Order: sequence, then C-alpha cells, then structure tokens
Amino acid sequence: MGGNNKSGRQEAVAPAIELRGISKAFGAVQANKDISINVARGTIHGIIGENGAGKSTLMSILYGFYKADAGEIIINGNPTLIPNSQAAIAAGIGMVFQHFKLVENFSVLENVVLGAEDGPMLKSSLSKARSTLTHLAEEYELDVDPDALIEDLSVGHQQRVEILKALYRQAEILILDEPTGVLTPAEADHLFRILRNLKDEGKTIIMITHKLREIMEITDTVSVMRRGEMTSTVKTTETSPEDLAERMVGRKVLLEVDKKPASPGKMVLEVEDLRVVDDAGVERLKGISLNVRAGEILGIAGVSGNGQTQLLHVLGGYQSATGSIRMNSEEIDLSGAHSDGQSRRARSIAHVPEDRQAEALIMEFTAWENMIFGYHNDAAYQKNRFLMDNPAIIHDTELKMGRFDVRPPNPRLAAKSFSGGNQQKIVLAREIERNPDLLLVGQPTRGVDIGAIEFIHQQLVALRDQGKAILLVSVELEEILSLADRIIVMFDGHIMGERDPAKTNERELGLLMAGVNDDGKAA
Amino acid sequence: MDKMPRWADVFLVPFINLCLAFMVSGLVVLAIGENPFDAIYFMVKGALGSTSGIGYTLYYATNYIFTGLAVAVAFHARLFNIGGEGQAIVAGIGVAVVLLLFNWPHWMLALPFAIIGGGSFGALWAAIPAYLQAKRGSHIVITTIMFNFIGAALIGYLLNGILKNPSSQNAETRAFGPGAHLPTAHEILAPLGIEFSKSAPLNIAFILALICAVLVWVLIWRTRLGFQIRAFGQNEDAAKYAGISAVKITIIAMLISGALAGMLAVNVVMGEQERLIKEFVEGAGFVGIAVALMGRSHPFGIVLAALLFGMLTQGGFELLWEMPTVSKELVLVIQALIILFTGALDNMVRDPVERIFLRLRKGRS
Repeated sequence: MGGNNKSGRQEAVAPAIELRGISKAFGAVQANKDISINVARGTIHGIIGENGAGKSTLMSILYGFYKADAGEIIINGNPTLIPNSQAAIAAGIGMVFQHFKLVENFSVLENVVLGAEDGPMLKSSLSKARSTLTHLAEEYELDVDPDALIEDLSVGHQQRVEILKALYRQAEILILDEPTGVLTPAEADHLFRILRNLKDEGKTIIMITHKLREIMEITDTVSVMRRGEMTSTVKTTETSPEDLAERMVGRKVLLEVDKKPASPGKMVLEVEDLRVVDDAGVERLKGISLNVRAGEILGIAGVSGNGQTQLLHVLGGYQSATGSIRMNSEEIDLSGAHSDGQSRRARSIAHVPEDRQAEALIMEFTAWENMIFGYHNDAAYQKNRFLMDNPAIIHDTELKMGRFDVRPPNPRLAAKSFSGGNQQKIVLAREIERNPDLLLVGQPTRGVDIGAIEFIHQQLVALRDQGKAILLVSVELEEILSLADRIIVMFDGHIMGERDPAKTNERELGLLMAGVNDDGKAA
Repeated sequence: MDKMPRWADVFLVPFINLCLAFMVSGLVVLAIGENPFDAIYFMVKGALGSTSGIGYTLYYATNYIFTGLAVAVAFHARLFNIGGEGQAIVAGIGVAVVLLLFNWPHWMLALPFAIIGGGSFGALWAAIPAYLQAKRGSHIVITTIMFNFIGAALIGYLLNGILKNPSSQNAETRAFGPGAHLPTAHEILAPLGIEFSKSAPLNIAFILALICAVLVWVLIWRTRLGFQIRAFGQNEDAAKYAGISAVKITIIAMLISGALAGMLAVNVVMGEQERLIKEFVEGAGFVGIAVALMGRSHPFGIVLAALLFGMLTQGGFELLWEMPTVSKELVLVIQALIILFTGALDNMVRDPVERIFLRLRKGRS
C-alpha cells in the first residue's frame, strides 16, 4: 500500500497522516491488526468496512480515545503521540462523530467556543468566533446562523456546526464518522460540496462510511477493512462498488435484490387519519392514511424523526393515537383497552422495531429467551400453568437459528455476544417464524454487515412472496428503492406523496423527504 | 465468550473482597490498640464456636434471607425496595393480629395463617409505594423510605393503644398462646439425640427461609411471571414493545417483595418473641439490601451472604462482650467495611481478576 511510491513522495511532501503498524486488542478481540496507511495532504480518503471491522477503533486511536498497543502515528512527517483528544486537536485533527457532541440548549456560537475559550470571560472569545464563523461560512458554504440554538437546527445544520467546531480549532485533518447517516440526499450533496471546498483549500479528510455510493462519489482513495485488518487500499477511480463489496465481505455479494413483481392480494392493513400527539404536546403524526395489501411491501421513506417511529409504535401497540386502523377488515381499538403489544400479536401483526438493542432484544438475555420475547404467553412454551418449558424453547430456538443462519448457533449465548447482523437475524427469525399476516419492519439493516443485509432482504422478499403484507420503514433510500413495491415519503408527520419505485429516483424522493412538493413548494 | 469462569465470578471475587475487608478491619482494630487476630478469633468463635452461637447465627441469617430475597425480587424488576424494614414491621402487626385473634390449638395450624397474615400485611405495605410508582410516577426509593417511618409510627401507635397488653408497663402485646409456639432447633433436634442450645432462638422459620429461596429461584428463572419481571427490569422499552404491562409487573413484583420481607415477622415475632414488641426488626430490612447486593440477587448467593451477615451480627455481639474496648460502633464499622468491599468496590477486584484470566487464556491458546 503506497509502498512502491514511498521513496519519491515522502521526500517531496510528507503525507498528512501516516499510520504504521497500528494494533489494538480489547481482551481477546483483536480490533486492529497491524494497520498501516498513508493519506496525502489535500485528499479525501475513505475507510469502508463492515460493522465491527475496526474502523471506529482505528479512528478513536487517531483521536486519542484509545491507546494503540503497538504502532506509530506520523503527522506531516513528525511522529506524534496522541494520548488524549486535546493532543489530537493540537496536532490539527478534528473529528465529527456520528452522534453529535453538541450542547442542545446552547447557541451555535457557544458550542463552537466551548472548550476553546480564550479566558474566563466569554465576550472576547464569542466575538472572535463570530468573525471567524462569517469568514468560514463564505469560504466553504458553511453558513449557519451563529445565534440559533442547536435544538432548533436541522440535523444537516448541526453537522455543519460540528465541522465549524473542528475548523475553529484549526483542524487540518478532518475525520468524519458515517457523516450521511442522518442526512437527506440534498443535505448529503451539500456536505459533499463543503468537503470538496475544504479539500481544495488543502485540508485532508478521512471519511468512514459503509455506503459504497458515497465512497465512489467523493473519495480519492479508499481503504477496505475486514476483521481488524486493512485488506487493501486502492484509488477510487480504479475500483467499482461491486469490487469494494467483495473486498469488504471476502466473497461475491449481490447488491441488487432479486425479486419478481408483486402480486397484491386482499387488503390487510388500512390506516385512516392517524394522529399522534407526544408527551410534550407536539403533534408527531398529522393525519396519516395508508394501506398495505397481502403480498406487497410498502416502503416508507423519510429522514429519521419525521413520524415513522411513532407510526410503527402505534401499529405495534405501544403508543396511543386517534384515527382508525383496520387489520384484516377489523377495527383495532386505539383508545387503550386492547392497544398493547400482546393484542397486536394476537391479531397477527409482527414487529421488527427500528432500534434492535433498545426495543427488540434484551441484551442480557440469552438467545432462547429473546426468541420467545413478546410471545412468551404462547401455550406452546409452557410446561404447565406455572412453569415454562425451557428445554423445548431451547430446542425450538436451535432450529430457528439454523434456518436463519444465526452465527454462532448457540441458544444459550447472551444477545449482546452476537454481532449486529446476527442479532437482527434473531429478531427476524422470531417475528417471521410466527407467520404473521402483517410484518412491520423498521430499519431492518441498520448496523448490519453487507453479507447479512443480503440475507435479510431475501427473507423479506420471500415473506412477501408467501402472500404476507410488509410495511417497511427505512432511512436508506437504496433499500427502499430495491425492496418496496410502493413507496410513501413521510415528512414532518405528513405523507408527502406516493411513488412507484420503477418510475422514481433518489433525486425525486430526496426532494419529497426534504418536504418539497411536486410543484417545487415547501410543505 | 465469558471473561472468566463462573466459579471465579461466584466464589473467587467475593472471597478476595472479603479478605480485603478483613484486612482493613484488622487495621481499624489495630488502631484502637487491640490484636486483630484476637478480634477475628472472638468473632468466629462467637458465631460458630457453640450450638448457641450457631443457633443465633442461623436465626439472624433467617431474617437476612427473607429481606435479601425481598430486595432481590424487586431488583429483578429494577425496583429498589428500601422499604423492607417497614414492610417487616407492618407484617409483624399482621402476624400478631392473626395469632391473638384465636386460641390456636397447634403451631402447624397457626403457622400457615401467620404466614398469610404477615405476608399480606407486608405486601400491602409494599403495594402502596408500588401503586404510586406505577400510576403516579412517585419514585419508589423515596416512598418506601417514607413508609418505613410511617410503619414505625403505626406500630408505636397500635402498641400504645388497641394492641397494648393492659397488664404490662411496656408497649407490647400480650404473649401469644402456647399453641402458637414454633418448634425451636432444640426441640426439633432433641428427639434425634442431638444436643442443641436451649437458649438459641433458631426455629423452624429457617426451613421456611430456605423454601422461600427455592421458590424465588423457580419464580425468577422458571416461570412466565419471572421472565416478564426480568424482561421489564432489564429493558423497560423492550417490555413495552413486547406488551408487558409496566403497571402490572411493578405492582406484582413489589407485592411479592413485601410479602417476603414480611416473613421476617414469622421468624422474630412468632418464633422468638412470641408477642409483638416495637423494635423487633432491628435494621434487618436494610441489611437485606447488602445481602441481595452481595448475593448478586440470586437466591443461592443470598443464602450464602445471609449466613455471612448472620455470623457478623452474632460474632459482633460476642466481640463486644469479649473486648470491652471494642464499641458497638466499631462492630458497625467492620460490618460496613464488608458491605463496602463486597458491594460498592466489587469492580476494584473484578477487573484485575478478569484481566488475569484473559491473560491466562491467551497464554494457553
């Protein structure tokens, strides 16, 4: 990797960052194994890999959160020790985390200055920051109202504040961890323009992502990580998404979902004028009407936080609402009496929730306990009136784990010991094997490795082909486009419109996701 | 993959904790100018050196098993029941009322009713904070603490009023009839030819405690209710998703918890005092928290921890007797050090031990 041109390059300009033989182990797990890379100044370098491949560990070492067991970090030709994040900042490294580290009720200016104040009194720092911010906004299209409170800003703007924070601290090297995870396509495009401007100014950017499309679009070079090792580093122009996916997984991967056209049958779910007001009195769903037929997948696209979560919660039976829901032509009670997860399951509604670790699984429980979770009242799982039939459940779980290729297939292992993809397979096995009439699925492949994504998509299509209704909520447009038979876009608790996946594209959906109607007007 | 073998988790780490606690306690004893080894000798001898000592140790352990189980059941539902003290006090009223209402012909008949009386009164006293938490969002730690005081005031009021023995100067009920007398260890073991101290208060409630421990184990790990309690305790959002009612689980778990704390009254009020006095719980409700912590909310661990705390209590009293320079407060300091090391400072030992095991494993592979 870059070894052949070492002699020529290094004398002229030292790389902005060079890592030599970085290794890091957590207990018995080798998170990083002898990793070496060179990132030239003024380039955008992508790091791609499956979940748990060690990308985040590597970046955490670079930012001083972890100490490497072995290896060297060389910045601009100087070997540098980075024991903590202050040292990383001093070395000119800025980091934009996936989950922003902003104080919600502070203004943009206060957040930028926080931790970089010039003295005990804030006034001079704030006015200095204000002029720097104006300057940066002009230079890089990084315009944000300096006096706005963070909680009032959109996610895209919040991310700009994170970038501004790094630039204010004179970062020359910017690391972004999954930067587009929460952005609309338009916001992502804007981010990429910002990144290109920064690159043109000579900044060096390292971007961690699992999205192949972004790697192809923006990076100059890309490194692939697999199981803690950096398996290859290539020029982006010399590779393709298929090639990268294969390098990540170690085998050929089907990126496109192979499916026949849907043959929708009878009406399964009818939702009319659904409204939800949350505890804070904010209206989260503002009159949602939709329906799903047997044998089709209805995809709900939208940036997260636009009411999809509430919709799933209402359908899953743990959020009260007004309006009407008919399941198999029978009215479901929304007023409270039979609106709980148990009565929804009794009506043949299965639910794979958006947040696997917070809702779908109990991480401390074993796989077999999780495999009956929600269905624990089923008579098949009881030995008698008082005791559960644990051996039978464990045996049943073994079979299900086999059918859903959960690895390792050990029912006695705690859920937390499985990888994200295998955790999700446990949830899918539990819900799909109940043979439900309607399956609610939220973010089925979030945090799931590419190999497992392929399997999960196949399972969902197979369930559809058995004549089941599926309501799929996902923030991944690619996923919605490849799986759904119809697409509904949600924005701010409304339905912006319905599209046929064969006749639409990411651009059109992206505008709807941003709340812009067909006629170009914002909703 | 687990970080260390189970035996190390269950036995080795607590053992190292205990040794550390004894070492620091030894320094404290040394500081007041006594010989720490003598102190340990007196404590162990006092707790285990005679059938009387053993009898007292197991009698205290019985109380701690009940209150430890009470804390553990609530804790599995992530409810911190600090009200074992108050629940046991009110259960004492229940036991006394049942035993005073009738002239019981035989203890075998009286015991089930005393269990029902104590259990239901204890459960009732836990039910009010449980209801307030489940329906009104009042934090159960605060309400159960407050209910300890209310319970203490209530028993004082009743023992100076309606329940007071008119022919006694003290705030106490009249003695229960001879038909309510529980067999003591001496009475049970004498026919078998085993000579057991006549004065020790150990009685058949110890067996009840062990049965309760087994029942709690079955409840938590083998029943649907236990499954739901653990699910709710581990992850409230997931429980909501699964359709497990938070209100139902909170109230049921606290009812069971309160009833278990109430069993203490069977041991003390029925088995030892044979009348209701005011301060019969003597802090056992709070010791139960330490017992449950040290026993890691597992019935087997709780029985072991309760035995240890029974020894500490009994050994502590003997130490007071044998070493005049040792004050009651110093015994408390020693007990507190053990709670500190086994409960609060657990990770101090656990992490290094885990690392040693990982290194051993790496060396092997």
